[in-house]
Amino acid sequence: MSMVADPTAGTQSPRPKISVGWIYLGLAGALVLISLLRIVTGAHDLDSSGTLRATLVAAVPIGMAGLGGLWSERAGIVNIGLEGMMILGTFGAGYFGYFYGPWQGVVGAILLGMVGGLLHAIATVTFGVDHIVSGVAVNIIALGATQYLAQLAFTGVPGGGSTQSPSIDKLPTVTISGIADPLGELEAKHWFVVSDLAAVLGALTSNLSVLTILCLLLFGVSYLVLWRTRFGLRLRSCGESPEAAESLGINVIRYKFLAVLVSGGLAGLGGGFLAMVASSTYRDGQTGGRGYIGLAAMIFGNWRPGGLLAGSGLFGYTDTLRLRGGGETIHGLLLLVAAGLVVMAVWQVRKAGRRGAFITAAVGVAVAVWYFVTESIPEDLTGMTPYVTTLLVLALFSQRLRMPAADGKPYRKGSAG
Amino acid sequence: MTPRSTRLVLGIAAPALALVAAFLITSLVLAFAGDPIGDVWAQILSLPSDRGYINIVNSATVYYLSAVAVAIGFRMNLFNIGVDGQYRVSAFAAAVVAGEGWLPGYLNTVLALLAAVLVGAMWAGIAGLLRVTRGVSEVISTIMLNAIATFLVAYLLRKVAVSDPGSNITSTKPVPEGSRVPGIHAFGETATIYGLLFLAVAVGIAYWFVINKTRFGFDLRATGQSETAAVASGINVKRMIVISMLLSGGVAGLVGMPLLFGNDYAYGSTFQSGLGFAGIAIALLGRNHPVGIALGALLFAFLDEQANPLEILLDVSPQIVKITQGVIVLTVVIAYEVVRRYGVRLEQRRVAGALHEEVAA
Repeated sequence: MSMVADPTAGTQSPRPKISVGWIYLGLAGALVLISLLRIVTGAHDLDSSGTLRATLVAAVPIGMAGLGGLWSERAGIVNIGLEGMMILGTFGAGYFGYFYGPWQGVVGAILLGMVGGLLHAIATVTFGVDHIVSGVAVNIIALGATQYLAQLAFTGVPGGGSTQSPSIDKLPTVTISGIADPLGELEAKHWFVVSDLAAVLGALTSNLSVLTILCLLLFGVSYLVLWRTRFGLRLRSCGESPEAAESLGINVIRYKFLAVLVSGGLAGLGGGFLAMVASSTYRDGQTGGRGYIGLAAMIFGNWRPGGLLAGSGLFGYTDTLRLRGGGETIHGLLLLVAAGLVVMAVWQVRKAGRRGAFITAAVGVAVAVWYFVTESIPEDLTGMTPYVTTLLVLALFSQRLRMPAADGKPYRKGSAG
Repeated sequence: MTPRSTRLVLGIAAPALALVAAFLITSLVLAFAGDPIGDVWAQILSLPSDRGYINIVNSATVYYLSAVAVAIGFRMNLFNIGVDGQYRVSAFAAAVVAGEGWLPGYLNTVLALLAAVLVGAMWAGIAGLLRVTRGVSEVISTIMLNAIATFLVAYLLRKVAVSDPGSNITSTKPVPEGSRVPGIHAFGETATIYGLLFLAVAVGIAYWFVINKTRFGFDLRATGQSETAAVASGINVKRMIVISMLLSGGVAGLVGMPLLFGNDYAYGSTFQSGLGFAGIAIALLGRNHPVGIALGALLFAFLDEQANPLEILLDVSPQIVKITQGVIVLTVVIAYEVVRRYGVRLEQRRVAGALHEEVAA
């Protein structure tokens, strides 16, 4: 996306602007690369439409949590309570989804997530509690509250129990019938690039839950609202310099409060997606730390929606390969990572200096060695991928990451003087 | 009232206020859900059984170590969210070392404890190093390290696990009989208090001594209160960050030890989890003070123990106290701030009054 008219982009180190064209080119490049890797290793499951569909389902909750984090952190409130808000969302979907119907479940997930957001907002915005402390408290309370309420709501209900709701009715899915079949045939031929393209289109045109479409739309809506409207500019100014915003007459408290509420709603929706699309029940422990992965995806994406989308896609993809028994498939990806790291090291020698390049090259070589001495990656280790990736990105590119300037800083009304 | 007694009253008022607020909020939740409020509180606030006292002291021991680990970071303005991952990696490492039994008897125990401290310190040290060399926030890196720890331990556990036929619990080799730490008998019960309670007490005393009575502790508190002032007085802040992360991680490494040597005797998939986050809450409640933390740990352990029978007696989920505990974290922080502002106002009024008298006289 174009970032030309961004007044908050900062003045230091002018960077090449990333335009829409570059993104398409990057996506096309990735497709060709994966296709090549698929042909070379014979691991056709790397990008089959089944894998891609599962990736979408895995990526959406991560993306929703990350989007929640984006809203809140853009307004200057660090939100590590995302996990708790997501947990509340899974219960909201389970309770309202089972007792009232699937659409009510979606609303319930959003509302319960917003309750978590409200708690965080009251603590951090109204009372000025440290954001991390409040986030930890929200996570503890949300987990306790859902376990307590679930026992109350679902024990004795047929098919339910103290840790699980009965099955929730499915939301409608969308299939464009004329296209799906020919695409499937094309994909089965395993042609270079053509079949891969068919798989991508196939995944996007068949059995797509309306909630998936809704969530993907929310990405675009969030970008437009935050970066293309007056409201969004004001909201982001509260995260960059609340004093300056206040001196211009913006009600900083109100913007921050609203941002954290939206944040909770989005994270709750992500939880609801887990309960209603990724599975069909609320289960205790269903989020499995996805709130934290969402936070990681947002940081990976440099506090921007496009980067966040890429991050959640990547993390969702590794998660999917793991669940599809893809020890060998991910093993093939190691070679790609190693090659990428070495290329990056060469680039770093020219741009950034020797020390960083040396570290990158060493990591690259280590990954390559790993590829050649092993046959497959154990499932437990592939689960680490999102977290290790985020740590590496933070360690290697921390200078290029730019979080909102006043993110996490306490703000009290009248501090502009 | 003299200023000194005013300060004392205010100091007690804050946690009392926080507890009352948490009590009210929990009651609201109970009322909203339609559970019997009176009966629930009657059970929670009743006197524990003899067995109950032992359980409370035991879980407070574990909570205490976790909270001290968090508090070390807090004094330095570092947020060690990673105690959770650190203690699990350490407990696993110590269980493997102890299970192998390279040394006889208690030497083996000491070796395992050292291994726990070392591994915990190293795991936390990663976050410390990332912070000083690459400027990565320790909050984010420790969250990532927690998750990595979960997967890493699961992976390694599967590698070294010994499984009993007919049981699907995987765990490390059991600690040899001679290396286990005997419990302390009390009230004539068969259940015992963890022998490593003394380790927790020793850690508490050492924490108090190092923070308050040594140059290092002074440097640490100075850095925590004002980094610029610390730099101006010649403190190497980066070095302090790494050292305090190592210390915090080292103590975090001990969190699982009372469980390992007094209860479980092995590390398995059922080893208690989530202790790190409770530690954050308790450190906040106890204001990072060694005695305050002890009281906080006892309170949390008391709530846990007393809530257990709720399920059987009243058909109420014991998870209700988790809500209380989480709310305490928020109310305690808010209450300290409210009381601090009130104290400042009182002080202003007192000084103004004294000045007025002086002028009048």
